[in-house]
This record gives sequence, C-alpha cells and structure tokens, in this order.
Amino acid sequence: MGEFRMPSLGADMETGRLVEWLVLPGESVKRGDIVATVETQKGLFEIESFEDGIMGEPLVPAGTEVSVGTVLALILPERTATVAESGTTVSPAAAVTMASPLPLTATPEVSVTPAQPPAQPQRITASPSARRLAAELAIDLAAIRGTGPHGVIQRGDVEQAAQARDAMPRTTDSAQPATAGSIHPGMRQAIAAAMSRSNREIPHYYLETEIDLSRPLQWLEAENRQRSIRERILPVVLLVKAVAKALRDVPELNGYWLDNQLQIQPDIHIGFAVALREGGLIAPALHGVDQLSLPALMAAIGDLIDRTRTGRLRGSEMTDATISVTNLGDRGARTVFGVIYPPQVALVAFGRIMERPWAEGGMLGVRRCVTATLAADHRATDGHCGSQFLEALNRHLQQPEGL
Amino acid sequence: MTEQELQAIIFAELKKVAPESDPTGVDPTENIREALDIDSYSFQRLLVGFSDQTGIDIPEEDYAKVSTVAGITAYLAARLL
Amino acid sequence: MSTQTPMQTTTYREAVKEAIREAMHMDERVFLMGEDVGHYGGCYAVSKGLLAEFGPERIRDTPLSESGFVGAGIGAALGGMRPIVEVMTVNFSLLALDQILNSAATLLHMSGGQFNVPLVIRMATGAGKQLAAQHAHSLEGWYAHIPGIRIVSPALLEDARGMLWTALQDPDPVLIFENNTLYNMEGTLPEKAGPVDIDHAKIRRPGRDITLITYSASLFKCLDAAEVLAKEGIEAEVIDLRTLRPLDDATYLASIARTHRALIVDEGWRSGSLSAEISARIMEQGFYDLDLPVERICTAEIPMPYARHLEEAALPRVETIIAAVQRMVRHG
Repeated sequence: MGEFRMPSLGADMETGRLVEWLVLPGESVKRGDIVATVETQKGLFEIESFEDGIMGEPLVPAGTEVSVGTVLALILPERTATVAESGTTVSPAAAVTMASPLPLTATPEVSVTPAQPPAQPQRITASPSARRLAAELAIDLAAIRGTGPHGVIQRGDVEQAAQARDAMPRTTDSAQPATAGSIHPGMRQAIAAAMSRSNREIPHYYLETEIDLSRPLQWLEAENRQRSIRERILPVVLLVKAVAKALRDVPELNGYWLDNQLQIQPDIHIGFAVALREGGLIAPALHGVDQLSLPALMAAIGDLIDRTRTGRLRGSEMTDATISVTNLGDRGARTVFGVIYPPQVALVAFGRIMERPWAEGGMLGVRRCVTATLAADHRATDGHCGSQFLEALNRHLQQPEGL
Repeated sequence: MTEQELQAIIFAELKKVAPESDPTGVDPTENIREALDIDSYSFQRLLVGFSDQTGIDIPEEDYAKVSTVAGITAYLAARLL
Repeated sequence: MSTQTPMQTTTYREAVKEAIREAMHMDERVFLMGEDVGHYGGCYAVSKGLLAEFGPERIRDTPLSESGFVGAGIGAALGGMRPIVEVMTVNFSLLALDQILNSAATLLHMSGGQFNVPLVIRMATGAGKQLAAQHAHSLEGWYAHIPGIRIVSPALLEDARGMLWTALQDPDPVLIFENNTLYNMEGTLPEKAGPVDIDHAKIRRPGRDITLITYSASLFKCLDAAEVLAKEGIEAEVIDLRTLRPLDDATYLASIARTHRALIVDEGWRSGSLSAEISARIMEQGFYDLDLPVERICTAEIPMPYARHLEEAALPRVETIIAAVQRMVRHG
C-alpha cells in the first residue's frame, strides 16, 4: 500500500494547496496517472501517482493547504481493496489512517472503507469576524487561504481576497488562453526564496565562451526550408540538445549537491526556463533530452511552454530537472550569468544570437554567434570540468547533423 | 477577403500570443516582437496562426518582412487580395 | 475639562481624602468609620488630619471587628445616615462578607422595597507591596458577582476624587476598591475637580489594532504597554472599566467592533474571575466581531509569594502584555 503525499515541487516549497481530486475513491490508478492538482506559489500543477493500486478515500479535502509530505490519500493494493469492499476487513494500517480525525470531503458512493461514517462537508476554519465580512463582501471562504494561527481565515485574508477580486481585470475574450491562472503574487516570493538560498549556499563560478553558430544555423535553415511552418525547428532546440550531448561527455554537471556530495544523475532532464508574460519564470523539466530527436525536442519544448503559460504543468516536471538552461533567443542581452537552482549544480545560459566580428585563420568575418555561459557549483566541480563542458558544447553544435 | 478582414485576423492572432496586450494600439511600423514582447517560440506560433487562417506559409527567409503590423499586412495582402 | 482650569499637583491618597472632606462638608449625614481611621489617620494615611477637622463623632475609630462595624454602618444607613465605612483591606473584608452579602445587598429585596441601604464601603485591594499570601488579594471580582451592590474601582486621580460623592448619592450599597499601590501616585487635578459618573467605562487611549480591557492598577500597565507597542506600529485601545458592577458592556463591545481583538488584563485570579465574565459577555454579544479568541492576562493562580521577584512574576506585567499583544496582532 502506498501513500500519496503532497510532493515538494521545488527547493523553496513548504506547503501546497490541494485544488482538486481527479481520481475518485475506488478507481484504479496506474503509476504516472494524474491524481490531483496542486497549487503552489508558482502555479497549478498536476500530480502523478507513483504506484499502481486503488485510490483510497481522500484524507485531505480539496481546497486544503498542507505541508509538503502530508499524506493526501492512500493508494491501496488491488487485493486489499477488494477485501475491503466486501465489507469484511480493512488492513490495519488503512483503518488506523482512515480513522484519523481529518475532515473528509463529500465523496461518491464508491468507497474502499464501507465502515467509514458518512463523509461530512469540510468545516472551514475562519474567525467569526472573517465569516461575517466574507458574507458582506460575497467572498467564498472555501477559496481563501487562511494566514492566522493553524491556518485560520481572518479578516485580513478576506480583505485581501476582496481586493484581489476587485483588482482582477474582467476578461471578456473567452478565446484567450488561460494565462490568468498563472498570475501568482507568491511567485515573486518563491523566486526570491530559491535564488536567495542559491546565492547564500552555492559558491558559483562562471565560464563564458563565444560560439560561432553560422554553420549550425545554416544547416537548420536548410532543414527548415523542407518543413512546413508547423514543423520548423527553432535554434534553441539545437542549443538544448547540444547541452544534453555535452553532458554525456561531462556528466559531473548533471546532478545534485545533496548531503555534502555530488550525486550525478543518470538521466538528463533539462529545466528549461520559461518566462511568463505577466512576469516571473518557471523552469520545468524536459525529460530525457539526450534521447530525443530534434523534431521531438521541438515538440516537447512547444508543449512545455504552452503548458507552463496555461498552468498545466505536472508535479514531476517541477522536481526532477538535473540541470537548467536559460535562453534569450534572438532578442535581449548578449550574455547571461545565471543563478543555479538548488540542488542542481549547474546552469547553462545562452544570450542573444547576433552577428559578431569573428577572427579565424588570420581573417576577420561576420558570423552569427551566441555567448554561452556556464554557472556551476564550485563545491561539486572545478573550472577545468566546466571548461571541458563548454568545449564539448561547441563541438556538438558545430556538427548539427549529429544532434 | 477585404483588408479589414485581414487586419482583424492579424490582430486576433497577435492577441492570442500576447493576450494581455492591445495589438490595435501598436504603431504599425513598430517591431511587434519588441512592442508586444513576443519570443521566438511565440513568433512561430503567430506565423502558424496566420497560416491556419490564410493558408500562407511564410518562409524563414521572409521573417524580416513580417516584423511589423504594416509589414505583415502588406505581405499577406500581396498574396491574398 | 477646560484648559483654563487651574491645576494642582496631588496624589491619589490626597484625592481620596479631599473627596471625603468635601462629602463631610456638603452633607452632615456623612461620617467615616473604620479601623485606625481616627487617631492613626488610616492604615494608608488617607484620613490623616480628618479627626482634628471633623471630631470623633464623624471620624470614628472602631474595634477590630469587620463584621461588627460594617453591620453598624448598614444600621446607620438604614437609619438615615450616609456612612463611609473603611475596611482596611479586601483581605479583612471577608470577615464582613455576611454583612455585605446577606444584609447590605439583600435588605431592599427582603423588605419588599421598604429599606434601601445607602452605604459606601471603601477598601484597599491588590498585591505589589510584598504583603504575602494573606494580604495581597484582588477579590473585587468576587464582590462584582453579587447583585444588589455596585462595585467601582478608581484608577485615575479624577476618579479617586470624584467617585465617592456619586457613590454617596446612590440609594444602594457601593463598594469602592482602591488599589494599594496607587495611593502614592502623583498627578494633577483641577482645583475644582468634582463628582464623576460611576456608570461608564472609559477609553483611556484610543487605538485601532486591539482592545485592552482593564481597570485599577493594571490600567497603568496597559497604558505603558500601549506606549511601547505604538513605537512598533501597534495601536492598542485601552479601556478603563471603572465600574465592575454593573459592567458597561457597550463601551468595550463597541471598541472590539473596531479592533476585532480583545485582551483582558485583570489582577484577579483567572478561574471564575471578572475577566472570565467579561470574556463570556464578549462571546455572547460580540462574537461576530472577533478575529481571534479573547485572551486574558491574570495573576498566577497561586498564593501570593512574599519575595519581590516572585510577586512581580505572579502579577500581570507590562512585558507579558506587550508579548501577548504582539502575538495576537502579528500572528493572529
């Protein structure tokens, strides 16, 4: 039997709000199925199950803010669930946990614990004054996160919710993508917390190199000429793929600094920084980048950007990046010095792709170049290692057909 | 298709990639990627949108011609109207 | 009060004495009676000099028998006099409790409305003078339990000066509790200071963030705490109850309707106390104004220690008030 817990979706996350259960008690779930949505300071995420089984009764009702690690529901083995449904017995552990005093949401008839008393609507803890004010201002208490002792909703919380509601622009164009979901006042705090921790704890070192992109871009343009607009590949795809290949050569930069040691990761999951239009950014993971063809990586990046901007990221995408890449594309600054996202040990940053004077073989020419910067954790690696990585990166980019 | 209809399509597609903006307020000669903060991925989405609406597939080498509202209008109008 | 009124520097003790003198002059039915009030001048020197001024008929020393002289006071009041009976301290008033509860408070009822008891009893109360476990009680909350009598507790000089005359006008018994730590308190009063009402609580310091409900000596602790809290941006409203029975619910409830937080500071013990009564009334009448539970700071539920540091630790303190308010306002 497994416990479905509030996941940590980043080093800076302490609590999350369970927004919605997507699987009913009694339904079977497979490892990787999306079970619930969770809201953090960074937005809304879909959370997957880590095992197969039968969904138990929710131990935490929708709308509740809980600490990371809190058990949200049990995922019962198929057999136990069958026995329980016959009304004879529930495994002792399940019975104990089910009998916990946590309030339960109203749930459908299908239940793996028939001995359970009828589910009751969740009691919202709000101060009397907050309740009256909420009624006056027509604010739904269930939608508010309390900041008082033990998470009690107080007047200030209601006032803030009312202000937020009144400040919200009345969107009339329903055809728009749901970007409003990603407006999170807490995101700034979340970024602040993670970046402060990074700068406090991680001794960064920086290496920078100028890479001539003329050849890879010419190759890509030729490729794209044969493709419909829908299938065209952006230059960033080459850069990300080259990072993945270079990490195969220099794996020390692909991993975590945990328990005072470098833990190199076997899979290459690249956290890809996506700026949100309303401000702030999220760096969800592109999984197994070294295994993806360029068209597949392009599709993955497009899908990730769309879901990031519409608030439909999965929990695992927030947690398992092994390195981060930030890319300014063809606009913006020439050089980026990144801040590592803990516990990762490196961040690769690409500035704007632009024409630069380029000296080679005693000749001066104009080339399309990019400045690649490596920010790395000096506890985990040294400059020599970082330098090897940047050399490998350049080597792979100069052979785009091999990417 | 009239020029007004074409304009409406252009503004609607711009609105899709920059939902919080008002594309009709952009100077027609201003670089739209700067004015509406459109990154390379969103720009590609924009061109896909034009393609869906008009059937015109803008090749990469013509991207420089469609960097402004005026440029997009002229480019598409020359092939449509 | 007009700013042009000439002011005089005085003490709480002098203000009480002046109130007695004025009453003696204004109404010949008024007399003072109690242990050591005459020749000795009063245990707290409140009546010093009054014997010489008014003579032994009106400033009467009594035997050490609280039950006896409080009973005599009740009799005098029934007979048409306006006695001021001084019980040395609340600790000794327990010996007169039968007279106060079973006679003074009930005679109007028992006589079918024929006999009212226009008696004023003054007594010192409270700890803070290292008088240990038998002489440091704050039992005014007990007396406030009793229907048929009025309980007042002057904190400011103007109330020490002005409550007595108003109490003497009351047709029924009034008990005045003077905290023993206040007698030496200095301050200014208008030369023509006179009677004050004994019906209403008063806001002694306005504030928007929390309501501190208190009375007597604890008032000054609350005001000191409010001063410190104001420097960190917390505005505490401080309410002086003044009259403990009947309680002026309207004043503190109106305050809580603005601040949504209430802390009661009471030198009495917590269990079954005046603070408990006030807290209950807030729940009954002001529940929907509250943003967090009412809290109380009371004296520790122990026999009062003699040692100074232990006595101080047992009593409500400025620091504990500040800490409670900070916690309630910032996190609650």
